[in-house]
Amino acid sequence: MSLTAAYAALATGLLVWAMLVRKLRVKPWEAQLAGEVELASSLPAAPAARIGLWVFLAVVTALFGLFISAYLMRMGHLHAEGLEMGDWRPVAEPAILWVNTLVLILASVVMQWARVAAAHSRIERMRLALMIGGALTLVFLAGQINGWRTLSATQYASPRDPALAFFYVLTVVHALHLLGGLYVWNRIFRRLGQANRSQSPARMAQVRLSVELCTVYWHYLLLVWLVLFVLLLST
Amino acid sequence: MAMAIVLVLLVVGTVAFHYFSPWWFTPLASNWEMVDQTVDLTFWVTGAVFVVVNLFMAWTVVRYRHRAGHRAHFEPENKKLEWWLTILTSLGIVAMLAPGLTVWAKFVTVPDNAGVVEVLGQQWSWSYRFPGDDGKLGTTDTRLISLDNPFGMNPQDPAGRDDRLVAGSELRLPLDKPVRVVLRSKDVLHQFAVPQFRVKMDMVPGMITQFWLTPTRTGRFDALCEQLCGLPHFAMRGRVVVAEATEFADWLAQQPTYTQVLAQTAGDPVAGQALYAVCSACHGQEGEGNRELNAPKLSGQGGWYLAKQLKAYKDGVRGNRDDDVYAKQMAPFATTLADDAAIRDVVAYIGSLPERPTPATIKGNAGRGKALYSSCAACHGGLGQGLWATGAPRISRMSDWYLAQQLRNFRQGIRGGHAQDFAGSQMASMSKALADDRAIDDLLSYVHPL
Amino acid sequence: MAYVGAIADLDHEHALHDPQTFFRKYIWSQDHKVIALQYMAVAIAIGLVALTMSVLMRLQLGFPNSFSFIDPQEYYQYITMHGMIMVIYLLTALFLGGFGNYLIPLMCGSRDMVFPYLNMISFWVYLLAVLVLVAGLFVPGGPTGAGWTLYPPQAILPGTPGATWGILLMLASLAIFIVAFTMGGLNYVTTVLQARCRGMTLMRMPLSVWGIFSASILGLLAFPALFVSAIMMTLDSTIGTSFFMPAIVSRGETLDYGGGSPLLFQHLFWFFGHPEVYIVALPAFGIVSDLLSTHARRNIFGYRMMVWAILAIACLSFVVWAHHMYVSGMNPYFGFFFATTTLIIAVPTAIKVYNWVLTLWRGDIHLTVPMLFAIGFIFTFINGGLTGLFLGNVTVDVPLSGTYFVVAHFHMVMGVSPILVVFGALYHWYPKITGRMFNETLGKLHFWVTFVGAYSIFLPMHYMGILGVPRRYYAYSNSIEFIPLSVQTANQWISVVAMIVAATQLVFLFNVAWSFFKGQIVDGNPWRATSLEWQTPETPPRHGNWGPKLPVVHRWAYDYSVPGAPQDFVPQNVPATEVPMGHDHDSAPQSSATKGRHA
Repeated sequence: MSLTAAYAALATGLLVWAMLVRKLRVKPWEAQLAGEVELASSLPAAPAARIGLWVFLAVVTALFGLFISAYLMRMGHLHAEGLEMGDWRPVAEPAILWVNTLVLILASVVMQWARVAAAHSRIERMRLALMIGGALTLVFLAGQINGWRTLSATQYASPRDPALAFFYVLTVVHALHLLGGLYVWNRIFRRLGQANRSQSPARMAQVRLSVELCTVYWHYLLLVWLVLFVLLLST
Repeated sequence: MAMAIVLVLLVVGTVAFHYFSPWWFTPLASNWEMVDQTVDLTFWVTGAVFVVVNLFMAWTVVRYRHRAGHRAHFEPENKKLEWWLTILTSLGIVAMLAPGLTVWAKFVTVPDNAGVVEVLGQQWSWSYRFPGDDGKLGTTDTRLISLDNPFGMNPQDPAGRDDRLVAGSELRLPLDKPVRVVLRSKDVLHQFAVPQFRVKMDMVPGMITQFWLTPTRTGRFDALCEQLCGLPHFAMRGRVVVAEATEFADWLAQQPTYTQVLAQTAGDPVAGQALYAVCSACHGQEGEGNRELNAPKLSGQGGWYLAKQLKAYKDGVRGNRDDDVYAKQMAPFATTLADDAAIRDVVAYIGSLPERPTPATIKGNAGRGKALYSSCAACHGGLGQGLWATGAPRISRMSDWYLAQQLRNFRQGIRGGHAQDFAGSQMASMSKALADDRAIDDLLSYVHPL
Repeated sequence: MAYVGAIADLDHEHALHDPQTFFRKYIWSQDHKVIALQYMAVAIAIGLVALTMSVLMRLQLGFPNSFSFIDPQEYYQYITMHGMIMVIYLLTALFLGGFGNYLIPLMCGSRDMVFPYLNMISFWVYLLAVLVLVAGLFVPGGPTGAGWTLYPPQAILPGTPGATWGILLMLASLAIFIVAFTMGGLNYVTTVLQARCRGMTLMRMPLSVWGIFSASILGLLAFPALFVSAIMMTLDSTIGTSFFMPAIVSRGETLDYGGGSPLLFQHLFWFFGHPEVYIVALPAFGIVSDLLSTHARRNIFGYRMMVWAILAIACLSFVVWAHHMYVSGMNPYFGFFFATTTLIIAVPTAIKVYNWVLTLWRGDIHLTVPMLFAIGFIFTFINGGLTGLFLGNVTVDVPLSGTYFVVAHFHMVMGVSPILVVFGALYHWYPKITGRMFNETLGKLHFWVTFVGAYSIFLPMHYMGILGVPRRYYAYSNSIEFIPLSVQTANQWISVVAMIVAATQLVFLFNVAWSFFKGQIVDGNPWRATSLEWQTPETPPRHGNWGPKLPVVHRWAYDYSVPGAPQDFVPQNVPATEVPMGHDHDSAPQSSATKGRHA
């Protein structure tokens, strides 16, 4: 019920915001001074790729948000029905997850370094930071795989266990998103090569934008991981 | 112009259909006339909008059709008009919502003096349970469900000992007494719906759901499943009979309690052998059947099914029609079994008989038969082995000529028409999917050798 | 002039890919117009498959037990495939992938979508999704027969058709579709936000774009719910998790599941499912507004309210989902909340209906084929929308849920009204896409049979539902005492009409094909419309749409019959110096075009 109320509040909030946005209250059939079109926008003039990424992040947020809702509902299911025996047994998270979390934080820090270097056109620094960031991410993924294997080797591992099943689903989906990010990360190097060869400032600007967006994506996935980790630890 | 005329005709036609169609709510049999009243109110409000807006549109189409020299009127918006329309609409909405929610508040509030009955849904039949004198239903567990314990009763719970178990698909309820209908499912989502009651609810496995009503007139009412629960969903049928309090009490007293069910002894094959002597003349010494005498093979058939059929013969549920020639012959034989214990004994004996290979006598296109069988496997099992849980007998390597006759009987309504023969009526529905005798032959040529 | 805002005058931003070969131009193409037609072709093709299935279903219902090849297994497979194809693979793909792709760049004045490569891939992934879906017809057990709602536990348990393989292919196909949709949706949303040409503010966009834009946002946020439930159901079916599966004794056998919640699936499914119907409806609402205003030579009445109503409906659509679950066994107290929100959402919807009719009022109505379809939409949507008020009101829903009343409602409001808009839109933009005019007589014939026929099919079903005739029944045996013979007779008639309407769609297809070769060649703006897509230098528009220079917009999309203007329409890219802006008649008249006001 509280989840429903939360969605209702969110929808109402969005609605109110939309109503208040001034530009939606304009009367577009009225005459306006030629050339002086009122275009105050709440979004700064941004390259399409950046807007595209934010829209995509909204989708990913919806995805993880819904998984988390499902998690909470499944956890509370039998209690809600007044049946005494819930089948929810909290998972004992493998210790390696703590290490992995640290690695992912480091990866984000390094990616941020890459972004700053890109902004200052320190291309070699940027390249180095990117490689380290990617490597750290791979270390994170390896650590996750280790964690999954540790868990599945325990005596009580059974697919029927909902906490265990959710643990895998949430962490695997997160890892898959990271893999997607690595695919894009990989392409940056190719673009960097092209930009260097052609000496084109426009291409280099593209590379800088790609690095910036990659970094945003990494920070976002770190945030998602932290939320998931806290959720898994506490329930 | 034609458009305007058609619009007007459609409006008039729709309103006429509303008044002249033969279909309206079934006559109410419960206390929920407030539901009907809310529906009526909704029709008035929405009907008014439908007529007014569409007739206005029809008029507009004529009045403002394109004519040389006329121009449209440029009017980006009209705030006053729009606000009035919004307010009027909101009032209409409130007019419908307020009574709706008021009635709903009654729906969620079960009266204190309500009795309770449990409806247990499963693929693809209904059964029912009443609490005994303690007024409490015993606890149950899905994992305890078995052929001997179809309700999944918990034997440790004393509250369940006096529960009345109604194994057939007909439920009786006392007149004028509010009742809380508690819903449970063994397997998948189902929904227990009686149109005359107006209220209904899904049953969800793993949960208990409910609704309540007070039956207000006597009668017989169809109970339908209204949540798609598998292929035989449309054939999952039950009945609710509302009876006067005394009649209901008599009926309830005849239903076995859980204690009585627990006390039933298993069948004794030795005693059964003696009882079987009279059957062997037609059905054969080893229950292998005899085509010339129109007696099907019995060995290898599920004992629960044989017992059910014998009871059906005894009670006149089967074999009561003149055009069901061979069943009519069978009925008196069933009466030689004095009681349920005798039935269990003879069935136990038949269960001990060895099974002989049974050659096919029906020829058909087994390839086509396989496609046809996909609709039967849900109840009869992928190998035609029969399933006690669905009430479907074994049909592979039994007497295929007998099955052909039964399918024809079901299809023509010769078998399965008795009011208490719910499984039969299910088969009557399913068999109609076989359009002709060739389909029957194809089907059996596939099933028999499985 | 410094423009602050999301507008693109920067051609170099769209480093336009200039294809030379036939393959790159018409097959492996990044041009939004080609992609749009590809989406339309596949959507219509799979839609015809679903239409055929519906004819087979009607054969069974109208003439039960006469056709041995329609057995219960196939019947339930048909209703499932028919429903899923129509809702997702036809309507969603057609409105967003088809119309969205074609119209957004043209109506916004841009050269293409902002991510053309991603856009192209989205089509091919959609095609893959369709192929995976169709593959379900060929696996052991056939496609799933669980109903388009795919409720567990039955969807993955024996007893339901396709419970082993069919359901997995269906879930996989849906997941692939969602990936395709996300790629497309990113394009539609970002293009509208970032690539409008100079002067094209949000409030100068035609309502078609508003409808498709908000539907895309809805889809991006709602489809994840379907994705989540698809993954969880796949795991329940394949590796034995118990997300949705409680303790079950299936046909006598105790299964190794426990503790799961079937209602969890329903909440997730309908959290997606309800916005989904608005993903179909909102583009229809937007497009029909443009059809009405163009062919009635009148601005859409109450444009601002129309925009706000679209946004309100979009936002509210996320908090009404459980009106599909009133009798599901969920906590009954939820019923109060969801009935209220559902009836609230009726208000902006009703306002839109009034505004459509008020657009016709005092207009200059040309009863062209697109206009006929638009009026047909209004009539059928009024019916469908009003019956929604029955089902949204929890008390009224209880007796009607699970009956033919529901079938009638959702067909009227999803299957008749939006389809009438689809046809209206296809006829309307046909001359822009092909440069030729369709055959008007065939178009009118197609309209009359489809409109009157479809209405006649579904009107009686409302009353069957009130009687209590249940839905999703293969047959109604005479042992159901309350169903009279007249229902069976009516079913026969409905089936006959359904077959006539289905066959008449061939007239439409013939018209489309024949007119492509033999239709009268027309100029770029035969309807004399104001929106940008009609102002392209060439028709059909060439790659890049606008020639060397992007258009500049000076007015809103509805300057029809402006007092004092030389013609009864002023295209959006005509400067104010050439033709003055229209007056707002509620306020004091403007003395000159230079006295502008900012809101």
